[in-house]
Amino acid sequence: MQKITISGFGGQGVLSLGKFISYSAIEQNLNTSWLPSYGPEMRGGTANCSVIYSAEEIAAPVIDHPDILIAFNEPSLDKFEGSVKKGGIIITNSDIVHKATTRKDVKFYQIPVDTLAAAINKRGANVYMLGVLLPIFNGDISEEAAIHAVEHVFESKPKVIPSNIECLKAGIEYMKKLVK
Amino acid sequence: MKKLWKGNEAIAEAAVAAGCRYFFGYPITPQNEIPEYLSWRLPEVGGAFIQAESEVSAINMLYGAAGAGARAMTSSSSPGISLKQEGISYIAAAELPCVIVNMMRSGPGLGGIQPAQGDYFQATKGGGHGDYHPIVFAPSSIQEFVDLTYGAFDVADKYRTPVMIIGDGMLGQMMEPAEIPPMRDLKTLPDKNDWAACGHSDGRPRIINSLRIEPDELEAFNEHLFKKYEEITKNETRYEDYLTSDAEIVFVAYGSVARICKAAIVELRAQGIKAGLIRPITLYPYPTEIIAKLAKCDKVKKFVTVEMSMGQMVEDVRLAVNGLKPVEFYGRSGGNVMMPGDLVKYVKEGK
Amino acid sequence: MKIVADKPKMLTETPLHYCPGCTHGIVHRLVAEALEELGKVDGAIGVVPVGCSVFGYKYFRCDVFEAAHGRAPAVASAIRRVVNPDNLIFTYQGDGDLASIGMAETVHACTRGENITIIFINNGIYGMTGGQMAPTTMPGEKATTCIYGRDPKVNGNPIHMCEMLATLTGPAYIERVSCYDVPHVNKAKAAIKKAFQVQMEKKGLSFIEVVANCPTNYHQTPLESMQFVKEKGCSFYPLGVFKDITKEDK
Repeated sequence: MQKITISGFGGQGVLSLGKFISYSAIEQNLNTSWLPSYGPEMRGGTANCSVIYSAEEIAAPVIDHPDILIAFNEPSLDKFEGSVKKGGIIITNSDIVHKATTRKDVKFYQIPVDTLAAAINKRGANVYMLGVLLPIFNGDISEEAAIHAVEHVFESKPKVIPSNIECLKAGIEYMKKLVK
Repeated sequence: MKKLWKGNEAIAEAAVAAGCRYFFGYPITPQNEIPEYLSWRLPEVGGAFIQAESEVSAINMLYGAAGAGARAMTSSSSPGISLKQEGISYIAAAELPCVIVNMMRSGPGLGGIQPAQGDYFQATKGGGHGDYHPIVFAPSSIQEFVDLTYGAFDVADKYRTPVMIIGDGMLGQMMEPAEIPPMRDLKTLPDKNDWAACGHSDGRPRIINSLRIEPDELEAFNEHLFKKYEEITKNETRYEDYLTSDAEIVFVAYGSVARICKAAIVELRAQGIKAGLIRPITLYPYPTEIIAKLAKCDKVKKFVTVEMSMGQMVEDVRLAVNGLKPVEFYGRSGGNVMMPGDLVKYVKEGK
Repeated sequence: MKIVADKPKMLTETPLHYCPGCTHGIVHRLVAEALEELGKVDGAIGVVPVGCSVFGYKYFRCDVFEAAHGRAPAVASAIRRVVNPDNLIFTYQGDGDLASIGMAETVHACTRGENITIIFINNGIYGMTGGQMAPTTMPGEKATTCIYGRDPKVNGNPIHMCEMLATLTGPAYIERVSCYDVPHVNKAKAAIKKAFQVQMEKKGLSFIEVVANCPTNYHQTPLESMQFVKEKGCSFYPLGVFKDITKEDK
C-alpha cells in the first residue's frame, strides 16, 4: 500500500498524475482511490489530490500522513512537508521549487522533471513523474501496467502515446539510477 | 470489467443502466458531473436531459416525468435540495417513484462547497412539509453508489415512493474502480399503465395529484402512507456490521465518514482497543434494531457517533440506545473532514 | 510623486478572485466610479448573486446583501421598501442567476417598476460551476451540458433580456453595453451612471446588460475572448438603448 499526496498549481498536471497512478493500479488489479481538491481555489490557485493503492480494501480515502509527497510548487512543499510520515519520501519538481525540505527524517529527491520531460514531450512531465515513482513503488506496479494506463488515458489522442511512453521509460531509468 | 469512475459519473451511468431515461437538473457544485454526463449520455440511449431554469423547476419536471411513468432522476447539492423540498413533498404525496441525488456540501445558507453531512435531518425526517419520508440510501464507496443507484429505481417502483441517495462532495469527486451492472432491458421494467398518466384513451383517466381536501380522505391517505413505511422498514433496512462482535466501543457513521472510522478502527485494534462500526446504509428506514441489540450487550461500553455535522444522526442513535449506554458525538463541520488519527486520539484521550 | 490614477475608494483592498482576463473586475470598477462621481457611495446598498460574483460583498465598500440564487431583485425590492428612498440600491447578477433561476424575480421586479438598478453580466456561460450552458448561451456555442454546441431544437433558444424587458411598462431605462475595448468601457460607464441617475430621480427600474466574457470556460485567452465578445457576442446581443422614459418625458 502507498498513500501519495500530489500538489501544485492548477494546470501542472497534478490531478492527472494522480489518475495515472490509479489507472496503473487498476491495471495491476489493485484497489485504488483518487480524491481531488475541488472548487474555485483551483482557478489559478493550488490543486492537490490524495491517491492510495492497496491490495486490501481501502478504508479512508483521505490521507493524514502520506508515504510520498510530490510537490510541484513551493506552497505545496510548505503546506504538506510536515505531514509526511517519518521515513517517507518527498519529491519536488526542482524546475519550479528552488528550496529543500526542512525535514531530516525523510528521503528527499529534487527532480527537474519539466526540463527532463521537455527533451521528449513538452507536456509529458506528469507521465515522466509516473515513471520516477515506479521504482519507488518497488514492483507493486509493473512498467507494463503503467504503459497500459498511459494508452488508456490517451486513447482518444493516439498520436501522443509513443512520446508519453518514452517519458515514462525515461522516468523509470532516471529513478533507477538514483535509488541504486 | 472494473473501470476507474468518478463518483458523480458512476451514479449517472448506473442510473442509465437501471433504465433511467430522463434527468432534470440545475448546476451546483459539487455534483455538476451528473448533469454534464447525462446531457450527452441520455440522448444516446433515446432519453432526454433538460437543464432546468432552477431546482424548483427541475423537481417539478421530475414530478411530470415520474407521473407519466418514466424512470427519472434529478440531482443537486444541499442548497439546491432545500429548494426541491416542496416538490419532494408533492412527489411523496402523489406516490411517484423517482430518484433524487444529494451530494451534500457544507451549510447552513450558501455555506461552502466542501463535503458535509448536514442534511441528515432534511433527508430522513421528510424535509418538506407534511408527514412523509423518502427512502434514503447512504453509500460509502463508488461501487456502492453504483449498486444502490441501480437498485434505487426498483425500490422506488416497488413502493411508489421517492428514493434519495445522499453522498457528499468527497464521494462525488473521488475516483475508484467500479463495475456498472448490465443495461436493463426497458421491456422488463414494472408496468405502470394502471396509474401513470401517460395519455390513456381507455375511458379511465389517471390522475396524478397530491390534493386531498377532505380531512377524512387525507387522514386515510396518511395512514396508507405510513403502512407503506412500515413495510419499507421491515424489508429495506440495510446496514454494515464491521467488527462489532467483540467491540467495546461501537462507532456509528455513514457514507464517507464510515470509511474514516474503519481506518481508525484498524489503528485502534493494532493498539489493543476493541472498536467496531455500525454503518447504516439506509438512513430511512434507520437500522434501529441492531443498535438497540448492541446496546444490550454487556461488552459494549459506549457508542461514538461520527458525522460531518454538528450532530444530527446522533439523535437516532440515542433513540435506539435508549439510555442503556453512553452515546458520544464526534463531529467536524464547515466542510472539514476528520482524519482517522483524529478519531484514534478522541477514543484514547477523549478529545 | 503625484497620483494620476487610483483604485476607486468604493472598492476594497481585497484582491479580486476573478480569472485573468475576466471583465467582472472592469464592471466592478465602473459601478464604483459611477457611484463615487454621483456622490452616492454613502448609503448605497448592493445585492450580489450566486455565481462568479458571489464574493461581491468583499469588493464593494458599501452595505451588501448576498442573496440566494436568483433572488436578488426580490431582496432588493424589499430593501427598497425599508430604507430611505434616497439610498441607492443595485443588484449585480450573472446570466444563470438573473435569466434562469431568477427569471421570475427579474421580470416581476421590472414590471413593478422597482426603483432599483440591475447590473446584468451576460457572458453566456455558468462560470463558477464550470462552464455549463446558460440561458444566454448562443446557438452553436459549446458548454459542458451541451458538448456539441447549443442546438435550439434540443436545448431551446437563448433569451434576449433587454428586448424582452423592454416590452414591460415598469422599467424606466434599459441599455445593453459591452467592455471589449476602451471606447465601449467608457460607454458602459456612461450607461451605468445614467441608470443610477434614473434611480436618483425616482423614475423607476434601470437595467444595464453587459455583454461580457469568460476566457476560462470559453477555453480562450483573454484577448481571444474579447474578440469573441466583439464579433459574436455583440452581434447576437446588439448594443443600444432599449427603453428610456426620460426621453419620452420630454
